[in-house]
Amino acid sequence: MVTLKCPVCGGQVTVEDDALPGEIIEHDCGAQLEVYNDNGRLAVRLAEQVGEDWGE
Amino acid sequence: MILGVTYDLLRWEEKNLIQEANKLGHKVVPIYTKDFYYISSEDFQIQGLDVVLQRNTSHQRALSTSAIFEGLGYKVVNDSRTLVNCENKLITTMLLSSHDIPIPKTGFAFSKEKSIELANKLGYPSVIKPIEGSWGRMVAKVTDEDTLRSFMEYQDFTTLSAKYIYYIQEFVKKPDRDIRIFVIGDEAPVGIYRVNSKNWRTNTALGAIAEPLKIDEELQDLALKVKDIIGGFFLGIDVFEDPERGYLVDEVNGVPEYKNTVRVNQFNVSSYLIKKIEEWIRK
Repeated sequence: MVTLKCPVCGGQVTVEDDALPGEIIEHDCGAQLEVYNDNGRLAVRLAEQVGEDWGE
Repeated sequence: MILGVTYDLLRWEEKNLIQEANKLGHKVVPIYTKDFYYISSEDFQIQGLDVVLQRNTSHQRALSTSAIFEGLGYKVVNDSRTLVNCENKLITTMLLSSHDIPIPKTGFAFSKEKSIELANKLGYPSVIKPIEGSWGRMVAKVTDEDTLRSFMEYQDFTTLSAKYIYYIQEFVKKPDRDIRIFVIGDEAPVGIYRVNSKNWRTNTALGAIAEPLKIDEELQDLALKVKDIIGGFFLGIDVFEDPERGYLVDEVNGVPEYKNTVRVNQFNVSSYLIKKIEEWIRK
């Protein structure tokens, strides 16, 4: 497990070691976070909002 | 087999595909689109891929990355031509209609005045849709000319790239459900009813409940004909049941979601798809 910092509330976010970029995490503070690769290390950022061209 | 999975959002489907491919003994290379770039003058970095499975949620990212990987000589499921045919509803409609596939009566217009003329000919209620979009977003039932004018005005003030193309369709008096049938390779092995008694739009994204579908021969033949026209290897085809005309094909999805299909049918779509892809690339 990797412990990261929520970019919204500053609280702890726990991410599995084998998480892949693009995974979405619902944080306790209500923020929807997206895992990404920050120079070889897992990190989280606010998830992209639904786009007009999203879907099947 | 080495399977590239290109994606921008790791949904249940993408995770399941990776797990099932690993279980079947294949190597998976996840290709997160936001971490990906390509320069024509440089050697491409992902070597040895046998096939790329297109799973981007954004249509533009899907179309672009399919085109890039095809350009690099990879087999891609689904290829960019198929995605163009699916993602633009006007193109889908014209392709199906020109090949005599039964579809709801549909018209296009390029000005508000002609849209009103068109809707008057189709009759009310009718349905207005953006020519690109998904999950039932902005699909609206039009009960009269006033409502149509309002919806067209809303469409004008969006940032939709094709907002001045008006796609208007008859309102099909289907039961409280539609059909989603999946084509995988050259078969149509599984499907669902999408049932919603509270909303005429039967997208599961809008609360429709999935129920197992028994695929009859007519539906299977129809799905495979659609696949021959649209192209591609993995499609989700939406079908209405019209009380008088029978099956009408409404839309075709080029990067279909199938979580609920797996759940209610106990049918492993990911595993089936991967096995079919393997058969295809070994041919």
